[in-house]
Amino acid sequence: MQLLEHQGKALFRKYGIPVPEGRLAQDAEEAGLIASSLGVRVAVKAQVLAGGRGKAGGILLAEGYEEAKAAAAKIIGMRIKGITVREVLVERALSPAEEYYVGLTVDRSRKAVALLLCRSGGVDIEEIARSSPEAVYYRALPPNDELHPFKARRMALEAGFDRARILGIGGIIANLYRLFMGEAATLAEINPLMVTQEGKLFAADSKMILDESALDSTLEGKRTLAESKDDELERKAIEKGLNYVRLEGDIGVIGNGAGLVMATIDAIGLNGGRAADFLDIGGGAKADVVRKSLELLSEDKNIKSTLLNIFGGITRCDEVAKGILEAVGAGSLPFTMVVRLAGTGEDEGRRLLEESGMKIAATMDEAAQEAVLAAKGAC
Amino acid sequence: MGILANSGTRVLVQGITGREGSFHALRMRAYGTKVVAGVTPGKGGSDVDGIEVYDTVLEAMEAQGANASCIFAPSSSGADAIAECIHDGMPLIVCITEGIPQMSVIKALAEGARTGWEGRLVGPNGPGLVTVGEALIGISPAGIFKKGHVGLVSRSGTLTYEIVDMLSKAGIGQTTCIGVGGDPIIGTTFTDCLRLFEDDPDTKAVVLIGEIGGSDEENAARFLHEGSHKPVIAFISGRNAPAGKKMGHAGAIIYGRTGSAQTKIEALKDAGVVVVDKLWEIPGQLLGILA
Repeated sequence: MQLLEHQGKALFRKYGIPVPEGRLAQDAEEAGLIASSLGVRVAVKAQVLAGGRGKAGGILLAEGYEEAKAAAAKIIGMRIKGITVREVLVERALSPAEEYYVGLTVDRSRKAVALLLCRSGGVDIEEIARSSPEAVYYRALPPNDELHPFKARRMALEAGFDRARILGIGGIIANLYRLFMGEAATLAEINPLMVTQEGKLFAADSKMILDESALDSTLEGKRTLAESKDDELERKAIEKGLNYVRLEGDIGVIGNGAGLVMATIDAIGLNGGRAADFLDIGGGAKADVVRKSLELLSEDKNIKSTLLNIFGGITRCDEVAKGILEAVGAGSLPFTMVVRLAGTGEDEGRRLLEESGMKIAATMDEAAQEAVLAAKGAC
Repeated sequence: MGILANSGTRVLVQGITGREGSFHALRMRAYGTKVVAGVTPGKGGSDVDGIEVYDTVLEAMEAQGANASCIFAPSSSGADAIAECIHDGMPLIVCITEGIPQMSVIKALAEGARTGWEGRLVGPNGPGLVTVGEALIGISPAGIFKKGHVGLVSRSGTLTYEIVDMLSKAGIGQTTCIGVGGDPIIGTTFTDCLRLFEDDPDTKAVVLIGEIGGSDEENAARFLHEGSHKPVIAFISGRNAPAGKKMGHAGAIIYGRTGSAQTKIEALKDAGVVVVDKLWEIPGQLLGILA
């Protein structure tokens, strides 16, 4: 689960990492009031999960009530990479002398925590890593509860950070490591870590991803996860307990197992169609999960046909068939259904569907072709 | 033959008294797997259809000579189940459990490395493995397999079933089929499996089913590039999937140009692997190789 800048900064504060003074505003008026109470020049920053905010005009500098209100009015409602801005962070503007990069992430291949440091932080860090990889310091750390500040200081020195700053930076790296382990993060990035003209250190931006498996599965955890989604159907899917991602095509896709669903989306692509979603009902799904899935897709007005592709292992095809019939019985589905069933309970599943006049595709390829044809025919 | 497990493998099932654990323990036994014990803390002394249940992994190993464990524990205790096996020196751990936090798996494996554990973890979040005709450890539907000479390794469960079914129907049998698991942090990698298949005299060719994300396919390609190897046919799913959640800059820096379907396909092709565009082209390609 990806966090917004202000959520990440709240965690930074909790772990003793200095962040610029500031607050979140839901509307222009509130942004103006925050700016006047801070009484300094402020940055008004769009809170969206999209890179390139600054370039898109989502960060503006302002001073005083009127300017900050006007800046927030410009930003709130703006669309950045397809996402509508609903909130802005209003915080003290900094005058940077230097900008560093500090990042922690999970290194899948080494099965370790990766620490990355670079003297030149900011938006061009990936370009720097490509053109001069030696400029980025990398260290695989063992998964402990803490990283001693003295070790972090040595790493900062090895990374070429300014000697005069390593006391503060070592502490920040150690705290970021504590945050990373304590909050079950898979990414924690301070970019840039700013040294101001006055020689103070601040985390000027945050990028954080938390491991969804480590979120508690309580209602609270579910709500937090749902709130992190910008798409309404994706939010609904979380509430219904469905593993769903919205895509841009017109063919609905439901399957069991992420690999099979992706392969189904690919088969649609190979036949000249475009999938409208990724929906994985997982292993051992019962009829109600299938019904809920079809109900969810019914709310996507772009969908013209839906391909349901099941290879039964623990999932039983007859349960899936019952779910389809429940969804159909509850009201006509607003799209053509194409079904392909194989594996456990296949014969019974086929019988149930064929009795109610539904046709079943013999292979995955055939099913994909039919779904693409049906979507084109519906145009 | 085949790899990782055979008719001599003695399996204990962790979480055997749960719904999934008991259901699959009996299915594994029905396949012919030697399911010698179960472990559920607090239920020691009971049995599941004649399979003795113990409180600890160590007791099950000592009493029944278990040398492999299949984990069905819930996600909240999955990492603990892995750690217990590593602590007691279990040679093979197959973890079916989905949703175990990444860092707890990293910690368990780091502890294993620190204490000199020489075993192997398959998974988490996979279907397990099958050495055809000898041992089924996990949740794969038994009926689709057919004994033969093709090894299969995959990151996806259902996609594995799909392909195995296709192969068997085309008359192409298998040695061992392994699902390495869909999580970002897994024990046994594609490269580990390719190495093992290389040394298995019964395996004549390998099918590798990858998907977008991570760099396990690229690492496997690097391994294959290093020397001569048995024929490998690969399929990568997710070409039409949207670019995944961008892992910040850190992900881009570490993984560089890896992770997309295109980088994986190119790396594998460079290493002499036949990469098919369509799943259903795999049997035809194999028939050509095995002929």
